[in-house]
Amino acid sequence: MSVFLLKRMGLAIVVALVVSLFSFFMLRAAGDPAIAMAGEGATAADIEFIRQRFGFDRPVAEQYLSWLGGALSGDFGESSYFAKPVSLLISERLPVTLGLGLAALVFSILLAVPLGMLAAVYPNSIIDRFALTLSVLGQAMPNFWFALMLIVVLAVWYPLLPASGNAEWRNFIMPTIVLGYYATPAIMRLTRSGMLEVLGADYIRTAHAKGIPARNILFKHAMRNAILPVVSIASVQFGYMLGGSIIIESIFALHGIGQLAWESISRADLPTVQAIVLVLSLIYVGLNLAADLINAWLDPRIRIA
Amino acid sequence: MRKYALGIALALTLNVGTANAGPNDDTLRIAWGGELATLDRYYNVLREGIVVGRLVWDSLLYKDPKSLEFKPLLAKSFRFVNPTTMEFELRQGIVFHNGERFDADDVVYTLTYVSNPENGVLTQRNVKWIKSVEKLGDYKVRLTMKQPTPTALEFLAGPLLIYPNEYYAKVGPKGMGTKPVGTGPYRVVGFKPGESISFERNNSYFDGSPKGKPKISKIVQRTIPDRNTQITELFSGTIDWIWKVPADQAERLAGRPGIQVVNEQTLRIGYLSFDSSNRTGNNSPVNNPLVRKAIAHAINRTAIVTKLVGGSSVVVHSACHPDQFGCEQAVTKYEYDPKKAKKLLAQAGYPDGFTIDFHAYRNRPYAEAIMGFLQAVGIKTNLVYLKYAALRDKVYAGKIDFNFMTWGSYSFNDVSAITSHFFKGTRDDYARNKKLIADLELGDSSVDRKVRKAAYSRALKTIAANAYWVPLFTYNVNYAFSDKLDFTPTPDEIPRFFAAGWK
Repeated sequence: MSVFLLKRMGLAIVVALVVSLFSFFMLRAAGDPAIAMAGEGATAADIEFIRQRFGFDRPVAEQYLSWLGGALSGDFGESSYFAKPVSLLISERLPVTLGLGLAALVFSILLAVPLGMLAAVYPNSIIDRFALTLSVLGQAMPNFWFALMLIVVLAVWYPLLPASGNAEWRNFIMPTIVLGYYATPAIMRLTRSGMLEVLGADYIRTAHAKGIPARNILFKHAMRNAILPVVSIASVQFGYMLGGSIIIESIFALHGIGQLAWESISRADLPTVQAIVLVLSLIYVGLNLAADLINAWLDPRIRIA
Repeated sequence: MRKYALGIALALTLNVGTANAGPNDDTLRIAWGGELATLDRYYNVLREGIVVGRLVWDSLLYKDPKSLEFKPLLAKSFRFVNPTTMEFELRQGIVFHNGERFDADDVVYTLTYVSNPENGVLTQRNVKWIKSVEKLGDYKVRLTMKQPTPTALEFLAGPLLIYPNEYYAKVGPKGMGTKPVGTGPYRVVGFKPGESISFERNNSYFDGSPKGKPKISKIVQRTIPDRNTQITELFSGTIDWIWKVPADQAERLAGRPGIQVVNEQTLRIGYLSFDSSNRTGNNSPVNNPLVRKAIAHAINRTAIVTKLVGGSSVVVHSACHPDQFGCEQAVTKYEYDPKKAKKLLAQAGYPDGFTIDFHAYRNRPYAEAIMGFLQAVGIKTNLVYLKYAALRDKVYAGKIDFNFMTWGSYSFNDVSAITSHFFKGTRDDYARNKKLIADLELGDSSVDRKVRKAAYSRALKTIAANAYWVPLFTYNVNYAFSDKLDFTPTPDEIPRFFAAGWK
């Protein structure tokens, strides 16, 4: 198990490094950060001044190495836009995004897993059809549109919830529904197909023959096996949610890391973008690692092989 | 699951509570999209920063948005001793929000600090003309310029806000950026960078300020990046004021009860720019003045203004905004005449037209309308739509033959902020006309308004006669706000909330 763990972690670090390298060079190829920072009416002298002040005139490789050196010790440099340490900026904004992502994941699992199981236990029933409709809608509906419709209904027609902001927990209800619903179809379909497969297996028939109550068979015997792929997909979906929350955060004016990333790209705040890319890739890699470990724990065959 | 559902159901039954925005609690709730990282006006470049700057601080002078006259603000009076020297008598009895007394030391400290390039003020243009500032008495200062600067009054009435010297020396730009202290009509009581700013009325704002006494007791600003979300907040009454609403949405908003939409011009104009001097080395058809004139005749600018731009926008013929000082209107005009355009193209040796890359960065529908008009006279365009910074990189590098651009003159009511910016031989200049450059140099350095006017007039006539640009139209901004709010927008695109009140 420890060899398995070490291998996985080593790989995770390499992936994160490669991501940071790519993002660093691609961002610099995208345009001159000094021009973007100087604003519209800037003169050539203004831009040159900013270029020197922030060290954009140094060779790119040198800039990368000095950035990486800092990043390894937790120093991501200073945001060229906010004029404060990027690590501080991220620590302020990350909780919003992580909280939203977690709430959305919980929402989507609570919605998808029971529905998927019911759909599998009663295939082709009304419940199954309902689950299918729900997942088709979830896949087909653009999430920004769903978000706006929710706002129109729950904030304008029936002013029950605040439309935007992150002042209190009620601000997070609509974004959680939108973001969570987006991940629901994949989890639900996978739960359903996994359950169907397992329910048709010989050992389930044997269990039935032994007279074990159906409830026990479903939760103790079938679910544990059917849930394996769901764990993997849920962790991947969580990664997508962190990315997908860029749009949701912007619509609901939640000042999280997604919105920060988006805004930072458009104002060429390179230190911030780099740090966010690195942090998000670390989270993503960490999630995959966690999924592997949970799967290994749930299924002994994985950790032995 | 059951518990969770219960939680949501419970939440849905709770009332929002904060929906009673407006006069009830004497709080003006505004929203905009820009994220202000710092409130220190010398270290942010967003327009929203200008708005906050005018609320929190005062400058030595004030430009009346209606009469365009310069009035003393923190100064009691001012005079030009000679073309490069100004003297100011300062008002007495003014205090900063932290209780610090306003006097000559504050003016000397602030202007000396910001004009020192080592301090890295982001918009150097605003400060680099200042040579020195000396104290002549407790309430008297002298300002010396590096050279005669006709736009000095614009700077002194705009971006050059006066900071408290003791506080600024202690906290620096970082402290000022998060806990600003000024003499202005509102003080900042809360600031979350990029999220929200809370203001409270400065009850001891000085009598006799041309800005007037502030009326509304609290202003709360929130950053909402999504336009649709801003509008829904306005609908639900949780926001009282938004701006920059696109024309089509503004039309629909105007019909809603409780909401008023006001359209106001801005100093921004749209224009087509050509490589007239073959800077790109492409030997493009637009090097030929006949082709440029043909393009000018091919486009129905009136139709674009009435059908697309809307609002209070007007067609412009001169390479500047009609409201700007020196913006000569008696220039060559190219009326919409596709037949004449075709004739000119034939004369230029393109009877069947040609194909050219057309660069743009904003207002894609306008760009597409222009492309349609050009197509009708045989000019095929490939639209290259880029981000502003990327397109500007290419313009600077001398790689653009033909583009659709806009310019806001950073709210400067003077043609030096636009015509001189683009035609003085810098890397923005694709005309490279020596006589034109000389005329602009004269206009920019003379303090005699007559001399300036004459010089700019010659320059603008040269530009129009050679069709270096095809000026298109002025831009406008739609402001949408609660009908209980008494608010008047101004063409300089700087909302003055200190003058707003409730009806």
